[in-house]
Parts: sequence; structure tokens; C-alpha cells
Amino acid sequence: MIIPLLKGLGLTLNRFFSRPITIQYPEKKLPPSSRWRGIQYFEKDEQGKTKCVACGLCMIVCPSQCITIETAEDEEGKRYPLTYELDASRCIFCGYCEEACPVGAIFMGKNYEWVEEERKPFLMNTEKLLEQKKFNP
Amino acid sequence: MQLLFLLIEIILKSVVVFGCLMLTVAYLTLIERKMLGHIQVRYGPNRCGPFGLLQPMADGIKAFFKEDLVPGSSDKVVFVIAPMISIITAICLFAVIPFGNEFTLPGTSWVVKLRLADIDVGLLYIFAVASLGEYGIILGGYSSGNKYGLMGSLRAAAQMISYEVALGLSIVGVIILSQSLRLTEIVRLQSGGFWHWNVWYQPVAFVLYIICGLAEINRTPFDMPEAESELACGFNIEYSSMKFALFFMAEYAHMIAIGAIAVTLFLGGWQPPIPALGFIPGVVWFVIKLFVLIFFFIWQRGTFPRLRYDQIMKFGWKVLFPLTIINLLITSLVVSLK
Repeated sequence: MIIPLLKGLGLTLNRFFSRPITIQYPEKKLPPSSRWRGIQYFEKDEQGKTKCVACGLCMIVCPSQCITIETAEDEEGKRYPLTYELDASRCIFCGYCEEACPVGAIFMGKNYEWVEEERKPFLMNTEKLLEQKKFNP
Repeated sequence: MQLLFLLIEIILKSVVVFGCLMLTVAYLTLIERKMLGHIQVRYGPNRCGPFGLLQPMADGIKAFFKEDLVPGSSDKVVFVIAPMISIITAICLFAVIPFGNEFTLPGTSWVVKLRLADIDVGLLYIFAVASLGEYGIILGGYSSGNKYGLMGSLRAAAQMISYEVALGLSIVGVIILSQSLRLTEIVRLQSGGFWHWNVWYQPVAFVLYIICGLAEINRTPFDMPEAESELACGFNIEYSSMKFALFFMAEYAHMIAIGAIAVTLFLGGWQPPIPALGFIPGVVWFVIKLFVLIFFFIWQRGTFPRLRYDQIMKFGWKVLFPLTIINLLITSLVVSLK
């Protein structure tokens, strides 16, 4: 009866003198998994504009209906999103928008850190989505 | 004039002992969290100041500024008095513990004794006051007007009665050996190297004392009164703010007291382990021995799971109690035959 107790004490003493395996979070970060679905970003085309052609597939497929798009055409007859609004506070990060996108414009990013004190800033427009690109090289 | 000096000396010693005790209690919480953290292969608190050294201050400030709730269905007077009983008795224990030998104040012929009181019945005083501390827990749980609190205090009462017997009997062997209840006398008889310490003459009693002591102060393998998983904190469930902090401080002060009594009775008190090391002050040896024991208390907390209530009762009455009786019989037989 005594020997298992001493064994346990030995094990904890051994652990006590081993190095902690904790990652000190804000200073050091673990890379997210390769399949991680974080905050979305827009892929840029050659002119630095969004690749999005405003087809509206992501808006249709979105289960939480957090995407709203207003379509417009430029002088060459090319469609582009006049307003592209993604409510990140309602998004469930399912990744359907990325799957549905036919032109490879919207992607799920790797960024998972976003804190605000009110809800308004969570409404992402085209500029914010393009900005998110910098977290996803 | 002599009387005035004596008064000043007593007041100074009390202040120093109280201050050191409270500082140790505060940092013991940090030491415990750090140690448990490292046992669980993580760091423990390290955000407040370098190595988390300001964490006890932060905890203290938090405890002061939290809302002080008194539940409507509680027995209000007892509810307020209970934490006070707990902390006062815990601090009172340190009045008789000899921290070190006496020394002459440099430049004068004034002899300073490094203990607050050197009474003839020191050991008896310790056991009387230590048992009083349990009233704080029992009354605190009972007066909360909460079922979990009541359960916790019932368990505390049952556990105290069971383990007080074995705790008291385990040190009777030491009293027989040293023929005295005066703590300084017990320490003096253990002088001259670690092979004279009582732990070699009373090894079973030492182990039994440590186990019963842990049960007496409700520390982890025996922390029935505040079993987190079953009683949602037990006796202190309704306490908040400074009242809770007082219970918390009392628990840690009790832990230091149990360690200090064990050092005094079994590990030679302030005596150095080898007589050649006598040039180091006795207080240092006392503190080193005390912290070795406290290290063990925290270490075993990180190792052993909590016993079930019936297991604790069985262990107390069917294992520890007979063992202490046998130890006592053998000791008295050997002493009387010598």
C-alpha cells in the first residue's frame, strides 16, 4: 500500500523538476492547424483590387446569413461588389463561402485574434477583408 | 526601567513574529500555486511582477475591494465571528513556538530569547488552541444558512474528533521521552547533532503526526470540509471578500503551525543538524526545516487524490488510532525498562 504512494510522490517530484511545456501565449504563439478556419480575407488581383465578381454565391450559401452584397458593373461590363458586407460577429466560420467562391476571391484566414468593445467594427467591408490579407501570407 | 525594556522587547518580538507570519502566509499562497503548477508541468502565476512575485499583493487588494456579502438566511453574528475565531487561533499558536535560542544584544547585557512565551505547558496550550481553530470552520459552515456549508462543517467536526485523538496520542511518545511539556526543554534535549533528534526515536509517531496534522488542518488528501467537487467549497461557500481571505490565511497559518510544531518536537527545533554548524543562527535552521516540511505538504497535495468520507473515518479509527496506541505502549515499555 505504501509503495504506490511513494511511486506517486516520485513521479510528481520528477515532473516538478522538468521543464513546463506551457506556451507563454501573448509572447509566443502556436501556429494554427493547416485546416484552421479563421477570419476571412480577400485575395487581390493584379491591380490590387478584390478578385470578387459579386456573383452572390457566398451570400446564398452562408448558413448564418452574415454576408450581404450589392452588385455593380464597371465601364468594361465587369461585375464588382459595390458593397460587400460580412458581419464577423454573426459568422460561424464554417468555410462555406470559401468553398462556394468560383473565382477564388474569399478565403478563410489564419487570424483568430480580434477584440472590440462594440459590435459595429465587426462589420467587415471590402477594405477590411483586403486588409486581413496581411495575416495570411 | 527593566520592566519598560521587557515590555518593549515583547512588543517588538510580537510585531516581528506577526509580520513574518503574515508575509509567509501571503507568499505561501504563491509558493503553493507555483509548485502545483510545476508539478503539473506548467508555470503557475507569472504575470504579476517578476516571476509573479506581486501576485499575493494583487490577491490581497482584490479581497479588500470585493463586496462583503452576509446572506439573509445566515446567523449574522456567528457568521461574522467565525472567520475571526479561525485566524486568531491560528496566529495564537505561534506564541509558544521557540524560533531560536537566546542571544545577548550587542553592547549590552540584555538577553533576548527568540520566543514569545516559554510556558510550562506549551504543548498542552498548542493542542488546546489548535482544536479551537476548528470552531471557526464548524461555526462558519453552520451559520451560513447553506446546505453545502452545513455538510462541510459536519464533516469538519467528525474529522476533527477522529483525528484529534490520534494526533494527541502520537506526540505522547515524545513527551514520555523528554519528560516535559515545555517546548524549549524538548528542543534542548535534542541538541548535539541530527542523530539526537526525536524523529529517530519516534519515527512512527512522526509519520502519524504528519498524517494527522494534515487531516487536522483539512489539507488535501483529507480536505473533506471543503471538497470542491462534492460540496462546492464546503464551509466557506457563502463567504466573500475579506472574510473568505481570513479563512484562507488561517488555513495557511495552520499549515505553518503544524510544520513548526513538527520541527520543534521531532526535528530538533533551532538546533543545527551537525554541532560544527552552530555558528549559523538557530532561526535559520528553524526556517530551513520548516520549509522542508512545507515543501512536503505542498508536494503531497499535488500527488494524492482526496479520500472518500468513509475512507477517512475508517483510516482514522481503524489504522491510525491503533497504531498510535501500539506506538505509545512500546515507547512506555522501553522507557520504563531502561
